[in-house]
Amino acid sequence: MVDPHHAAEVAVHSSQLLRWIPFIPLLGAAVNFLLGTRIQSRAGRGGVAAVAIGSSLASFVLVVISFFSLLAFDEHSRLVIDTVAPWIHIGSLNVDIGFQFDPLSAVMTLVITGIGSLIHIYSYGYMDDEPAAWRFFALLNLFMFAMLTLVLGDSLLLMFVGWEGVGLCSWALIGFWHQDHVNTTAGNKAFIVNRIGDFGFVLGVFLLFWSLDSAGQATVVFRELPALVGGLDGMLLWGVPVVTLITLFLFVGATGKSAQIPLFVWLPDAMAGPTPVSALIHAATMVTAGVYMIGRLSFLFAMAPATLEVVAIIAAATAFFAATIGIAQNDIKKVLAYSTVSQLGYMFIAMGVGAWAAGIFHLVTHAFFKACLFLGSGSVIHAMHHEQDMRRMGGLRHYMPRTFWTFLIATVAIAGVPGTAGFFSKDEILWNAYLHSPALWFMGFLSAGITAFYMFRLVFMTFYGECRADEHTREHLHESSGWMTWPLVILAVGSLFAGFLGVPAALGGSNAFAHFLEPVVGHMEHSGHHSLALEYGLMAASVGIAGLGILLAWLIYVKKVFSAESLARIGGGWPHRVFLNKYYVDELYGATVLRGTMGLSTLFAWFDRTVVDGVVNGSAYVTRIGATLSGVFDFRVVDGLVNLTADAIHAFGGVVRRVQTGSLNTYLYVIVVVVAAVLFAGTWK
Amino acid sequence: MPEALGLQHFLLVGAALFCMGLYCVLTRRNAIGILMGVELVLNAANVNYIAFSRYGVGGVDGQVFSIFVIMLAAAEAAIGLAIVLGIYRRSGSIDVSQMTSLRG
Amino acid sequence: MQGPDLSVAAFLLLSALTLGGGGGVIFSGNIVYSALSLMVSFLGVAGLYVMLEADFVAGVQVLVYVGGVLVLTLFAVMLTHRIEDIKVSNRDVGKLPGLAAALAMFAGLIAALEVAPWKLPAEGVAHEAFASTQSIGNALLGRYVLPFEVASIVLLSVLVGAVVLSRKEVAEPRVSDDA
Repeated sequence: MVDPHHAAEVAVHSSQLLRWIPFIPLLGAAVNFLLGTRIQSRAGRGGVAAVAIGSSLASFVLVVISFFSLLAFDEHSRLVIDTVAPWIHIGSLNVDIGFQFDPLSAVMTLVITGIGSLIHIYSYGYMDDEPAAWRFFALLNLFMFAMLTLVLGDSLLLMFVGWEGVGLCSWALIGFWHQDHVNTTAGNKAFIVNRIGDFGFVLGVFLLFWSLDSAGQATVVFRELPALVGGLDGMLLWGVPVVTLITLFLFVGATGKSAQIPLFVWLPDAMAGPTPVSALIHAATMVTAGVYMIGRLSFLFAMAPATLEVVAIIAAATAFFAATIGIAQNDIKKVLAYSTVSQLGYMFIAMGVGAWAAGIFHLVTHAFFKACLFLGSGSVIHAMHHEQDMRRMGGLRHYMPRTFWTFLIATVAIAGVPGTAGFFSKDEILWNAYLHSPALWFMGFLSAGITAFYMFRLVFMTFYGECRADEHTREHLHESSGWMTWPLVILAVGSLFAGFLGVPAALGGSNAFAHFLEPVVGHMEHSGHHSLALEYGLMAASVGIAGLGILLAWLIYVKKVFSAESLARIGGGWPHRVFLNKYYVDELYGATVLRGTMGLSTLFAWFDRTVVDGVVNGSAYVTRIGATLSGVFDFRVVDGLVNLTADAIHAFGGVVRRVQTGSLNTYLYVIVVVVAAVLFAGTWK
Repeated sequence: MPEALGLQHFLLVGAALFCMGLYCVLTRRNAIGILMGVELVLNAANVNYIAFSRYGVGGVDGQVFSIFVIMLAAAEAAIGLAIVLGIYRRSGSIDVSQMTSLRG
Repeated sequence: MQGPDLSVAAFLLLSALTLGGGGGVIFSGNIVYSALSLMVSFLGVAGLYVMLEADFVAGVQVLVYVGGVLVLTLFAVMLTHRIEDIKVSNRDVGKLPGLAAALAMFAGLIAALEVAPWKLPAEGVAHEAFASTQSIGNALLGRYVLPFEVASIVLLSVLVGAVVLSRKEVAEPRVSDDA
């Protein structure tokens, strides 16, 4: 597998195996796109699902093989590359289509193919009454291809190909049930908002390339970048360090893809897609692309402390605001969507304070419990005949125990109960945030409490109390099939134990996860004081506030000590209204961006109508007045005096009128004659 | 050794082609025929551009311009023919001598 | 010398193709023949480009003109004529004034050609061939990057415009314009 000739070189290994990790899902997608209808009519939905699940699992197996062969290498030579074909060689731009596999890609691909395969399997159960299943599975596989290209690509350009590819698949899958206008609109919204972010990303890449070029040698290949970016130190553009500009532009891209303020508005709407899509694309993988990108370029971001400051502040604000919005939502998937936005905020806090490994760690644990939560909600929605409003659920734990238990475990994990995955990863972030700035920590700390509250609110409203569904739905309530529940069980186990990959030193672990990633993302030293007591104290505090949130949710939604309605009326009811309406951000965009565009076009229309038409009409008007005047003049003065002159004027008018014939030929003759005359005049010397 | 062919030769071909296009535009009554004439005129201009880029000074600029011309010609053909089709659908004829609704 | 003679012969042949094709365009009574002659003329021009060391433009010429514009033209011809009236589809009007104008223009151009002070490289400076594709690429993405981008916008609007113009008209209330 490993080419011995390359292995001898400076710690770069080469493997032809790597390309098949993304290509197998691509093949699966191609088969289902081209032959899907035929397979489905011959072999039923099982046929297309088998193609999709098979290619996804095969890809997973390859990832596992590659992962273990990576582990076998020496710690600092863990980089496998596979150059497939030459791509662009123009001027100083030299890019090949190539993939690279290092600890960071390994983690990402394990998550994508592992959780992706589980979601593929789950989809077979979920889409059991879908006539266009072939299209669904083909798109899922295509998404896998694009996402794997994004994380395996060895250059910014190939990463961008994947970056756009996942956006395209996201658009197609959000609007999968395209007969419903709401879904297509949501897909378009996601695509357009992402486009704004992508524009920033492209600008960042261009600027990076351009400034590297002027610093001497340009490249967009990841493994060549770290050695060259040093040349950008001290370079200014518009009075700003160019590295800061580059990273800010790239971060704009990340805010789009990863739904951070101000571009987060698309993610809640994206829930219009089928639930497995929400789990795979809008929780576990695609939305984490921004985090991955910053992790991949951490050496660049580390050079721009100002950008990191911006990242941290925006991330903390996003984590907090999204969490507060989550309190007031009644749609089960919307709650999870805002929870995702909030958790992505956590990851970006980690990135912003330079705790790269902690951010990626949270990405992994989040992928487990959020995928489990989404799939669990999908199981509920499936059983409830596509009812998503929690106010019409309740008491479901008796009907679907397996879904309930897995959902509960994932909720415990996201709330950060000690021992679960969320506890370790979230505390790692909060601890690093505290070392950077206590204010950041406080925002994250508050959000942790709110998260625990709204997640348990969701659990209590959905699974506890009386069933509020109508008779018909209640009769058909049933646990979902094994295709759906077994992935849930596996994910729940992951939610419980994935955290032990990175037990911090303070708790007697060795933080193996961060250690594994260290060769890629490096390590940012904190000047702050390391006090074990403080670390324990912070842990206790976040466990405490999570417990408080859970207790509060239990008191309100199970014990009914306070009624939720009376709480909603606190402060005249406006906080609740603001949360319910998502801080009116959509309305804000409606009032500014949309209204602005419409206003501008109205202005242009007005300009066209009034000024342009006015000039035309005005000249006609002037001509008419002139004609009238000359007519009057003719009639009163000239006509009476000299008939001959009048005749001449009349004849001239006739001639002039004929000029305006509307006939193309006449105009052309005039042009030709004039041009020929000019030519002759010019050459007559 | 002086080259057997010079700038003037190519300009002559260009001029002849231009006048053919001009004649076509002037005499055709069929709108599509007129568009063909316009294509001839544009090609004549391009021949000149390329000839200048080869024999004159200025290097590659002439070729770049001719590429822009070709691009605009393609755009013009697409839009022009779409308009012709629109007129045909509306009036059943593409005879320009009958297109006189702009007569003053 | 063998070389120059060959190039003169090639030049004469290509000019004949070009101008012959042009003649076909303007004198043919059948518009389909006109379109096909146009193709001959385009190919002749492409050949002239090759002679002028503009191989990239020649390729573009073949692709865009012969492959694109001409096919489009033929489509338009087919769509706007019933088969039976093809014979009379290409009538000319005002041949004599047209001929006179064209000849006048030709004479003017010849006069200008003779008189104009062409900016030629100095005597004795050998012509240097350059890799046309690479230098065009560099020019398009360097000095001419703004026109290049504008061109892309133009093409986009043409795309949209052509679709709008040629789609089936939706029954809309006609706006009467009294202006």
